[in-house]
Amino acid sequence: MSLLGFLTRGRSSAPVARDRLQVLLAHERALSSRSDLVAVLQKEILAVIARHLPIEQDKVVVKLDRGAKVSTLEIDIEMPDEAVQRG
Amino acid sequence: MSKVMVVTSGKGGVGKTTSTAALGAALAQQNQTVAVVDFDVGLRNLDLVMGAERRVVFDLVNVVQGDAKLAQALIRDKRLENLSLLPASQTRDKDALTEEGVGRVIEELRERFDWIICDSPAGIEKGATLAMRFADVAVVVVNAEVSSVRDSDRIIGLLDAKTRLAEQGDRLDKRLLLTRYDPARAARGEMMKVEDVLEILALPLLGIVGESPDVLTASNMGAPVTLHSPASAPALAYMDAARRLLGEDVPLTAPAQRQGLLSRLFGRKAAA
Repeated sequence: MSLLGFLTRGRSSAPVARDRLQVLLAHERALSSRSDLVAVLQKEILAVIARHLPIEQDKVVVKLDRGAKVSTLEIDIEMPDEAVQRG
Repeated sequence: MSKVMVVTSGKGGVGKTTSTAALGAALAQQNQTVAVVDFDVGLRNLDLVMGAERRVVFDLVNVVQGDAKLAQALIRDKRLENLSLLPASQTRDKDALTEEGVGRVIEELRERFDWIICDSPAGIEKGATLAMRFADVAVVVVNAEVSSVRDSDRIIGLLDAKTRLAEQGDRLDKRLLLTRYDPARAARGEMMKVEDVLEILALPLLGIVGESPDVLTASNMGAPVTLHSPASAPALAYMDAARRLLGEDVPLTAPAQRQGLLSRLFGRKAAA
């Protein structure tokens, strides 16, 4: 690595800023009329499951990962064994 | 025909008020009659930047509520007789403004001025939406920085949804004004480049104003930068922007990179 390269290493944060913004804004624009979409999805999915199984709200973990091409909504529900056996 | 122009940004501190004062003065220097209107009710500052803070008697809220006539509240600039200021109230809050009342004041201003420039408060609440409500032209002030660009994107969405023109299905003329730009930092990859911001926000560029001590000095002195130091780089950038607003085709020149000894040395090394 040249002296210049060493001195300027890690300084090019601008491309990172640009890329982060492009991903974020693509999502925010798509959701601008439905900014609560994730919350709505979560609520409705849980309601469907709750019809069949008892769910404790604090045993539910919701994760959202916004990617450039694909986003994932992950809903992790801990089901007690007796509930599954009963169902 | 008169034009109503909102200067907006979402984020605070990017240069809305400075730009309102500078563009207002620049348009007045181009022989337009101009009224600059401060919509930042409760936190007014346009009067201070324009150097009219000791002459405020009535304000926008007084006129909207019918406590004062428009002519009583307008403050004529001491340097440019075709430039006037309608200050915001310092004591009331933004709920003192109503859409109907603001619309009436804007209509009255349209009869007297070529340009009505509305200085929006930061944020996306009532003050900001009322400032943009009746606009024909929107100037979105943005810095090449992540939070400013994100907030500008949000504001562009509001301009497309909440303005009267947009609701009528007409096109609002939206332009981007890139302020506090530091070409040296952009060249080193520390700040997003002009092209990055333009690509993300996809609006035509009204101008680029470089980060400059002249802007702060002008504010300190209570004068729009185009009046205080007309030969300075930011003043020239605002003058060009004003001419573009008047429909002139003025080529864009990016702010020159002021090179220090160190960056000159590095520049040479990089080239070698």
